[in-house]
Amino acid sequence: MYPNNLKYSKEHEWVDLESKKIGITHYAQESLGDVVFVELPEVGAEFEVGDSLGVVESVKAVSDVYSPVSGKVTAVNEALLDNPELINQDPYGEGWIVEMEITGGEEDLLSAEEYERLIKEE
Amino acid sequence: MKEKLIFEKSTPGRKAYSLPPIDTPEVELTTLLPEEIIRQEPAQLPELSEVDVVRHFTRLSQMNYGVDTGFYPLGSCTMKYNPKINENMSRLPGFALAHPYQPEELSQGALKLMYDLSEILSEIAGMDKFTLQPAAGAHGEFTGILIIKAYHQHRGDKKRTKVIIPDSAHGTNPATASLCGFETIEIKSNAHGLVDLEELKKLVGEDTAALMLTNPNTLGLFEKEIIAIADIVHEAGGLLYYDGANMNAIMGYARPGDMGFDVVHYNLHKTFATPHGGGGPGAGPVGVKQFLAPYLPKPVVEYDDEKQKYFFDYNRPHSIGRVKAFYGNFGVAVKAYTYILALGAAGLKEASEIAVLNANYLKTILQGKYHVPFDQVCKHEFIISPEKRVKEKGIKTLDIAKRLVDYGFHPPTVYFPLIVEEAMMIEPTETETQETLDAFAQALIDICQEALDNPEILHNAPHSTHVSRFDEATAARKPILRWKKN
Amino acid sequence: MRFVPHTLKEKEEMLKTIGITSTDELFRDIPEEIRLKKGLNLPTGLDEITLQKEIETLAGNNAHLNDYISFLGAGAYDHYRPSIIDHLLLRSEFYTAYTPYQPEISQGTLQAIFEFQTLICELTGMDVANASVYDGASALAEAVLMAVTQTRKNKVLISSTVHPEYREVVKTYAWPRGIEILELPYQEGLTDLSILDEHISQDVGAVVIQNPNFFGSIEKVKEIAELTHQHKALLIACVDPISLGLLEAPGNLGADIVVGEGQSLGLPVSFGGPYLGFMATREKYLRRLPGRIVGIAKDRLDREGFVLTLQAREQHIRREKASSNICSNQALCALAATIYLSTLGKQGMREVAMQCLTKSNYAKQILKEIEGVEVAFPQNYTFKEFVLKLSEPVSSVNQRLLKHKILGGLDLGKFYPELENHMLLCVTETRSREDIDLLKRVWEGVQ
Repeated sequence: MYPNNLKYSKEHEWVDLESKKIGITHYAQESLGDVVFVELPEVGAEFEVGDSLGVVESVKAVSDVYSPVSGKVTAVNEALLDNPELINQDPYGEGWIVEMEITGGEEDLLSAEEYERLIKEE
Repeated sequence: MKEKLIFEKSTPGRKAYSLPPIDTPEVELTTLLPEEIIRQEPAQLPELSEVDVVRHFTRLSQMNYGVDTGFYPLGSCTMKYNPKINENMSRLPGFALAHPYQPEELSQGALKLMYDLSEILSEIAGMDKFTLQPAAGAHGEFTGILIIKAYHQHRGDKKRTKVIIPDSAHGTNPATASLCGFETIEIKSNAHGLVDLEELKKLVGEDTAALMLTNPNTLGLFEKEIIAIADIVHEAGGLLYYDGANMNAIMGYARPGDMGFDVVHYNLHKTFATPHGGGGPGAGPVGVKQFLAPYLPKPVVEYDDEKQKYFFDYNRPHSIGRVKAFYGNFGVAVKAYTYILALGAAGLKEASEIAVLNANYLKTILQGKYHVPFDQVCKHEFIISPEKRVKEKGIKTLDIAKRLVDYGFHPPTVYFPLIVEEAMMIEPTETETQETLDAFAQALIDICQEALDNPEILHNAPHSTHVSRFDEATAARKPILRWKKN
Repeated sequence: MRFVPHTLKEKEEMLKTIGITSTDELFRDIPEEIRLKKGLNLPTGLDEITLQKEIETLAGNNAHLNDYISFLGAGAYDHYRPSIIDHLLLRSEFYTAYTPYQPEISQGTLQAIFEFQTLICELTGMDVANASVYDGASALAEAVLMAVTQTRKNKVLISSTVHPEYREVVKTYAWPRGIEILELPYQEGLTDLSILDEHISQDVGAVVIQNPNFFGSIEKVKEIAELTHQHKALLIACVDPISLGLLEAPGNLGADIVVGEGQSLGLPVSFGGPYLGFMATREKYLRRLPGRIVGIAKDRLDREGFVLTLQAREQHIRREKASSNICSNQALCALAATIYLSTLGKQGMREVAMQCLTKSNYAKQILKEIEGVEVAFPQNYTFKEFVLKLSEPVSSVNQRLLKHKILGGLDLGKFYPELENHMLLCVTETRSREDIDLLKRVWEGVQ
């Protein structure tokens, strides 16, 4: 559920420090339910840790995607515009949201183990 | 039973209307309009005969469930019976066919009705002055919070940027605060489902513009500490806004104005029995204490003692302006006025008395069969949720709600308020008989048993309707929002 | 009259079940000091006969369109209302239902709204429409908020030929959000392109016009759209749906958001409300469109039906992040419009529009023959309303007309000080040549 090679934020995003991809966690997609729409940022947009970089909507809920790191967007997953359900089906793979040139904020991210502990408390 | 779309029933050349001939001298169209602005393609509107149109919409009506069909215990919506005389009165030519700009001297009946209704609403809520302009509850909230904003700004108090709202509040409350340019501060409810006083003391300050509160709240509980709450907010310099969605619980028993509220809105379509119309039109009059009256939207109906006539007062320099063209949903006001005159003081109090009696009776019967998170006297509505043993069968509130449809009832409000998991919010209203309440309670109890014995029947419910549960996710992912010719 | 069904015996049984002896015990959680001691100071309730008489007396104190020949419009219009509309609206499965939250038992309302959305798209030439909002003025205000959010530009230009009360509503909505509203002066009864050109810039998020405008004149929509788009702003057009039977669809002229007042589509003037605001836009702005939207869905047995969709835009889910706080719509009024448009159909809408155009132009021609009366802004094309310039106060003409049971036009000086002695008249298909000729004769004092 929570791959060890990824880092996590308290706001339920994941970051792959190698591929520089960012998405929302299994826990996040499950609590949202069937995702029906994703609002993506523009390539080139810059975000600080905690800024809202996009929005994920399900039938009954809506959630901001908070940037887990600081940096500049280098690519967005346009496949989500037509198939937002990819976030439910494959949150760590096909369901990635943005790719970023990371300039900071990695140090505060959680490990898979720490993140799992966090969601158990919720 | 499926009814084709009206467009699919169209036959070119068919007619359902009948217009007089044009009896003025014939003129060439192009002398009246330049060629380039004349419509090239006529709008593809359907062509049917009168009987086709009547049957189409009659069939559509048969696919609906209304208060006249049966019990409709939708919490927070006050689905009481809509008296038929109200419909007749609002259709009298003197109301339905009065033009909003016809001279005031020729509109004295309409103006008197508006004036009197405002006075009556003031008396019921304990306020000083009302506007009938807002078209719905949310529109009333917008108006009321803007009045509060104007008041603070007029005093030069620009620090007040925050509105405090309980976590149990209707979604319109925080949306309204944002629309009015305020930041929303959420206050958590305490273990008894009420505003936490200590928490409130921490949250208020010189940036507090207002507290928005529904009382009784959305759990159906009266905020017993309302006087202390009002004091805390007022001492911090903030104002109190009363969301009148639940006014049906306390008419003649208590008044928001006496509790310390500065601004209130009513929903005429809830408390005063005007029909909900499948989602509108409603009406959301807003009342204020005297010191806020200058900020009301204009015009305000006033009475000139000297001339002995009613008039629209536009000379209100501090007014927040208009929130709607003309004077509000006047036709809805006629219905509410008729209802209030029918009931009178005692009748209104009795309505609240019986609304609360019905809710407590139903709650008592369901106790032990369903989880009752706040086990105390409720007002006009209450919350239940499925018991653990039912949930363990994989049954959710939605399943129970859908199964109720098979039993011939409209489901209660579900998944609201957000602070109770799997909530069902039940508001029976005063117009329902004991037998109806018994039958509804029995249905809920039977469904509970079904959930334990045969959960599948709930998962697939409803079974009795011509369509069943929809795939809403696909509908939202690939929205089809209009018909198109193939 | 009372609408509580409880007998004394039932009430007692119910109290017993709860375990109390009086309903007063159910109100003890209301603190003593705020409990209402005396009864409400309101009259006692009335029986049905007395009640009806009382309300009828009030209604009898109003002039109304069955009793007067009216040339008054200005946003509330006397149009043909087919009898079937009211009969169908009184189907109580429609009017006693609430918002279609449970689609399985609300297909009637949902399908009617889906049809309404389609009809509005057809009329306006747009891609998507919502299920309606409160009225034309609030639809316009919502469109302004929508455009500002979409373009992230905080300045809006609004033509002063837009209905004055609509402009006031737009300002009320704009104020708390810090949106700058600039009113463009009109020239010869029209939005002036050179003035627009002077004020428009890259900071402008939207340009707002009304067509036909408040003076009844037909605006140069296409040119305004081009100028607006050159500056990357959105064009918001507020239109009269009746005119669209004859005038080019605003979608084909470059409008980005089309709104309007739907009262003309089968609703009575009702002293100003309830009316119906409609909103339509391009597909790409769909997510910014406020209010309810109905879409097609399939049920678990693959049967087609209708549901409320895209709800995550709305306040009950998005709460403080929602772009609008609107919760209801004007469903029953939208139903009236749906029935109206289905009754009139493709030919009827054109015919009604043709009648308005022809008859109002006839009136314009003959009234200007009256001594001291001339047509204001004579070079403009008009649809069903037009402005006359008088040599005497509008009120004195209207007083004379009233004696003959004629409601004259609006005194424009009320809204435009520079238009003292200017009257805005409206002629729809409900006026006959005889009515118009009578107006002239009475005005001249011949009758």
